[in-house]
Amino acid sequence: MNFQAVVFFVLAAVLVLSALRVITARNPVHAALFLVLSFAAAAGLWLLLHAEFLAITLILVYVGAVMVLFLFVVMMLDINIDRMREGFWNILPIALPVAVLLLVVMAATLLGPYFGLSMRPPPPEAAEGYSNTRAIGMVLYTEYLYPFELAAVILLVAIVAAIALTLRERKNTRSIDPAVQVAARREGRVRLVSMPSEPRGVSGPPPGDGTEQPPQPPK
Amino acid sequence: MDFFENLLGPAWPVVWTLVKIVAIVLPITICVAFLTLAERKVIGYMQLRIGPNRVMAFGMGWTAGLAQPFADVFKLIFKEIIVPTGSNRFLFLIAPTLSIMPALAAWAVLPFGPGTVLADIDASLLYVLALTSMGVYGVIVAGWASNSKYAFLGAMRSAAQIVSYEIAMGFALVGVLMVSGSLNLGAIVRAQEGGGFWTWNLLPLLPLFLVYFIAGVAETNRAPFDVAEGESEIVAGFHVEYSGTAFAVFFLAEYANMILISALASLMFLGGWLPPVQVDSLAAIPVVGLLFGPGAHWLFLKIAFLLFCFLWLRATFPRYRYDQIMRLGWKVFIPLTLVWILVVGVAMMDPVRDWPPFSWWF
Repeated sequence: MNFQAVVFFVLAAVLVLSALRVITARNPVHAALFLVLSFAAAAGLWLLLHAEFLAITLILVYVGAVMVLFLFVVMMLDINIDRMREGFWNILPIALPVAVLLLVVMAATLLGPYFGLSMRPPPPEAAEGYSNTRAIGMVLYTEYLYPFELAAVILLVAIVAAIALTLRERKNTRSIDPAVQVAARREGRVRLVSMPSEPRGVSGPPPGDGTEQPPQPPK
Repeated sequence: MDFFENLLGPAWPVVWTLVKIVAIVLPITICVAFLTLAERKVIGYMQLRIGPNRVMAFGMGWTAGLAQPFADVFKLIFKEIIVPTGSNRFLFLIAPTLSIMPALAAWAVLPFGPGTVLADIDASLLYVLALTSMGVYGVIVAGWASNSKYAFLGAMRSAAQIVSYEIAMGFALVGVLMVSGSLNLGAIVRAQEGGGFWTWNLLPLLPLFLVYFIAGVAETNRAPFDVAEGESEIVAGFHVEYSGTAFAVFFLAEYANMILISALASLMFLGGWLPPVQVDSLAAIPVVGLLFGPGAHWLFLKIAFLLFCFLWLRATFPRYRYDQIMRLGWKVFIPLTLVWILVVGVAMMDPVRDWPPFSWWF
């Protein structure tokens, strides 16, 4: 067993065990962290296959961004595990056939003649100067340009839709617009008023019958 | 070296790599120690104080103040690590490790000179981006595992802030890889070679450099973006429950991240190890010429300057309010980077790239 095989089996074991813990962990935060671990192990497996761009992108997108937001939400929610388990026996008659069916489909795919080590020979040794990143870029922006752009537009639409669903002005709350605050200038807030000097030792309002105009601010 | 190679046999590559890793990590750790001292001294002088000037090494008067970081380290090492009741013990203790791991691992692909790099991988820029994006786990795991409301608030603030600023950071890097045509950091520096600072990425990508550096300040949770710690609001944020060595590791990670961001900005925008002015007659002088030619000392100088900017920012600006941080990231930086990527793209098109000044860069 060479070094690569050892690394493969270690990563595969970590991946399988952590994936199992994702669905068995009682605490949702632990489940999300196990999902992060399984992503990291999967990225390691891809590195073994010389797919460094995919591996790093998996870490960058899923571990670095998606799972952070996922954890963010899971930590904020106060999830009651017992309440979630209440309906277990009622749902089981429907869930069990679905699970068995999924298992059969997956087994048929994995054990069938179209999948397996004989169908997937190890990737050839990369030529000198071969760049996985460059190769993906070349294919993505020539052959698959339209599907790629289409996927990007669909994602953009999803983002705009998500924002449009949540963006609303609530009438009964006070809200602040930071742009207005940042744009605030001295001229809008401070007014210099020229006051006539008063004789020393006089307290209270200046003498008079109270009908004079107050001093006007300079224009 | 041949002697050791024969002595260790098949274990030699592993040992040699370990030696190189130690040769990178150990200076970083020492730099972190003295960066804390530099921070206190610089901010001290900016506020018309002296800063630490008492602790001296072995009673030598001229080292007064210089031994302060070591005194701090020993103090922290000898303190008890208190694990709060109701905390998640495993996650609580692993969080500092999660925080420091990416900060140190990213140095594996940083070149210090032409060819002087631990791992010369093809997609090193992506690797660095992926690793720095993992640094946030230390913060949110620490905040959640502490079972404390202050720590949790700090972690939530930090997670949202880091994810937001990562997008602007990534877009700034897109501009860099457009003009360099490579994801390898060494190749990025070599693409800036030629005519001193005129051919660095600094001038054509000035807005992207500013966005990258400010986003870097936000990513490392430094002032004025330090709402994750926010001493006056939430005590110390995500690491409020940490003490002793566990706290020291968080501290180490923050400063190691600062050095990392400065090093990356120097490599990508400030020409890395290239001198700012290329004078061939000066570089031809036998020994002194080495100082004027390209070399790691230029990289260290640039890193030191950017670190000074970190401290300068901290001494100058009051803390941002949280909604203003979000506004700056989403409504100012991301549109700015998008527009500038478009500008760079147009400037790199065929007729335009031949006109000066674009012909210098592209």
